[in-house]
Amino acid sequence: MPGPVVILENVDMIFGEGASDQVHALKEIDLRIEQNEFISLIGPSGCGKSTLLRVVGDLVQPTSGVAAINGKSARQARLDQDYGIVFQAATLYDWRTVAKNVQLPLELMQFSRSEKESRTQAMLELVELSDFAGHYPWQLSGGMQQRVAIARALSFEPSILLMDEPFGALDEMTRERLNLELLNIWRKTDTTVLFVTHSITEAVFLSTRVIVMSARPGRITADIAIDLPQPRNAETRSNVRFFELETTVREALRVSEAGDQPERKAA
Amino acid sequence: MTRVRLPPLNAVGYFVLIVALLAIFWEAYKLLGAPGGAYLRGTVPVQAEADRPAGALCAAVGLCEVQLPVRADDRAMPHVWDILLTIFLPPRRGSDTILLTILLKASLFTLQEAVVGFLIGGMLGFSLGVAFAHSGLLERGLLPYVVASQTVPLLAIAPMVVIWLGGSWFSVAVIAAYLTFFPVTINTLQGLRSPEPTAVELMHSYAASSWDILWKLRVPSALPYIFTALKVSATASVVGAIIGELPSGIADGLGRIILNYNQYYATGPERLWASILFASFTGMVFFLVISLLERIVVQRQATET
Repeated sequence: MPGPVVILENVDMIFGEGASDQVHALKEIDLRIEQNEFISLIGPSGCGKSTLLRVVGDLVQPTSGVAAINGKSARQARLDQDYGIVFQAATLYDWRTVAKNVQLPLELMQFSRSEKESRTQAMLELVELSDFAGHYPWQLSGGMQQRVAIARALSFEPSILLMDEPFGALDEMTRERLNLELLNIWRKTDTTVLFVTHSITEAVFLSTRVIVMSARPGRITADIAIDLPQPRNAETRSNVRFFELETTVREALRVSEAGDQPERKAA
Repeated sequence: MTRVRLPPLNAVGYFVLIVALLAIFWEAYKLLGAPGGAYLRGTVPVQAEADRPAGALCAAVGLCEVQLPVRADDRAMPHVWDILLTIFLPPRRGSDTILLTILLKASLFTLQEAVVGFLIGGMLGFSLGVAFAHSGLLERGLLPYVVASQTVPLLAIAPMVVIWLGGSWFSVAVIAAYLTFFPVTINTLQGLRSPEPTAVELMHSYAASSWDILWKLRVPSALPYIFTALKVSATASVVGAIIGELPSGIADGLGRIILNYNQYYATGPERLWASILFASFTGMVFFLVISLLERIVVQRQATET
C-alpha cells in the first residue's frame, strides 16, 4: 500500500519577506493527497491556489514547512519527472507541430525513437487529435490546443498531473466537453490530479475532494469530499446530490470570504 | 468610382517597376535643367553667353536664375543609358576587359570578405547574447562597452585593425564583423528573453537542463529576432568590407574601385555610378540570401497571415 502522493505540512509562503509590501501568499497549509484522487483547489482570486500548485510542483520553494511528494522532497520529485503540468494558456511551442509538442518531454527524457512515436500516437488518440499530428498550434482552436497540452503532460506517465485553471480561457461548451474528456483520461491512467479552478460547477463535477481556500493570507478553510458516483457523465450534472454539493462549496466559499475581513478568524 | 486595380506582381516585378520609376524620375529631373544644368529650364538670364539661349520665363515674367538643388548636367547626373552603356565598355584604353567583368570580380571579392566578417560577427554577437541572457552580471558589466564600441567611428577603427592584423582580406573581414556583431547581440538577448514565464516553468517541470532550455526553447523563440538582426548585419557587413578595404590597401575589391573612379570622376562619372550600383547589388544579394534562409528556418504564423 503506497503512502500519500502529496504531503504538505505547515507550509508558509511569503513573497518579499521583510519588505513593506510583503505578501503572505500561503499560511499554515496542511494537505494530504492519496493516490488516484482528483483534488480541486478553489477560492477567490489571490488566495494562493496557483502558488500552492507551484509549491507542490517545486516551481516555487515555500518559505517554511515541508512538501513531500511520493515520499521524496518536491525538488527530487521534479528531478525524477513525477509531474505533468498544464497551465491556463496551452503554452505550446509555435515552431513545433502538434506531434512534436507532445514529444517534447519525451525528447528531454531521452526516450527511444520508437517509444517516442508510439507514445505520441497513443496520446493523440487519447485526446482525439490524431488527424492533427502534423498541424502547427496556431492552426488549432483554443480547446484543441489545451487538449494537446494535456496529451503532452501525460505522455511520460507522470504520477501527478498539476492543472492550473486549464479550461479557464475556454467557452462554457468546450469546457464541459473537456471536463468529460479529462475524467475519461483520468480513469484510463493511474494519475493523481491537482486541479486549480474558479468554477464551483467544474470543481464539483470533476473532483473526489474540493479544497476551499481564503485569501490574504491563503489558508485552507474547508475540505469537502465529493461523494458523487463514478463514472461521472452528462447525467451527473442533473443529479440532486450534485446541486447539494455545489451549494455546500458555495457556502464554504462565502464563509471563507466573510472570514477574510478580520485579520484572524477563530479556528 | 472605378477602383484602380494594381496588376498582380510578385516581389521581383515590384522591384523592376521601382527601378524603372527611379530611372524615369532621374531623367525627368535632368529635363528640368536648362543647358548647363545649374538653372531651372526657362529661367536662364536673357543676357547670357552665346551658347546659352535665354529663358522664356526670364524674358517674359522676369523669373530668372532659379537654381536647381542638384545640378542636372551630365557630370553630376549622367544619363541612365550612359551608365548602363559604360558597364559594357572597357574602362581603359588598350584593354579588352569590360567594366562589367571588373565590377563582378570586385563585387565577388568584397562579398567574400563581407560573408566571412558576417559569420565572425554573427557568431560573436550570438555568443555575447547568450552570455548576457544567462548572466545579469556579465550583461551589466559588458553591455556598456558593446554599446560604446559602436559609437567609435569605423574610419578610426579600420586603420587600427590593419595595424594589428596586417593589410590582408582577413583584416577587412574583421572590420566587417565589427559592424555585424552589435545588432545580433542586442536582438539575440531580447529574443532569448522573449519566452513566456510559463513556457520556462514548463521546461523546469520536466527538469530540463539549462542547455536543453537554451536550445529547445530560448533559441527557437529568438530566431525571428536574430534573423531581423542578421538582415541588418548582412548589408552592414558589405559596407564594412568596402570601408575596410581602403586602409588595408586591398586592390581587388569594390573599395579601391570606388576610390579610383571617384578620383577620375571628371573624365568618367558613369563609371563611379556603375560601381555604386554594383556595391548596392552586392548588399542586396546578401540580404536576399539571408531572407531566403529565414523563410526556410523560421516556421511561424507569418507564413499564414
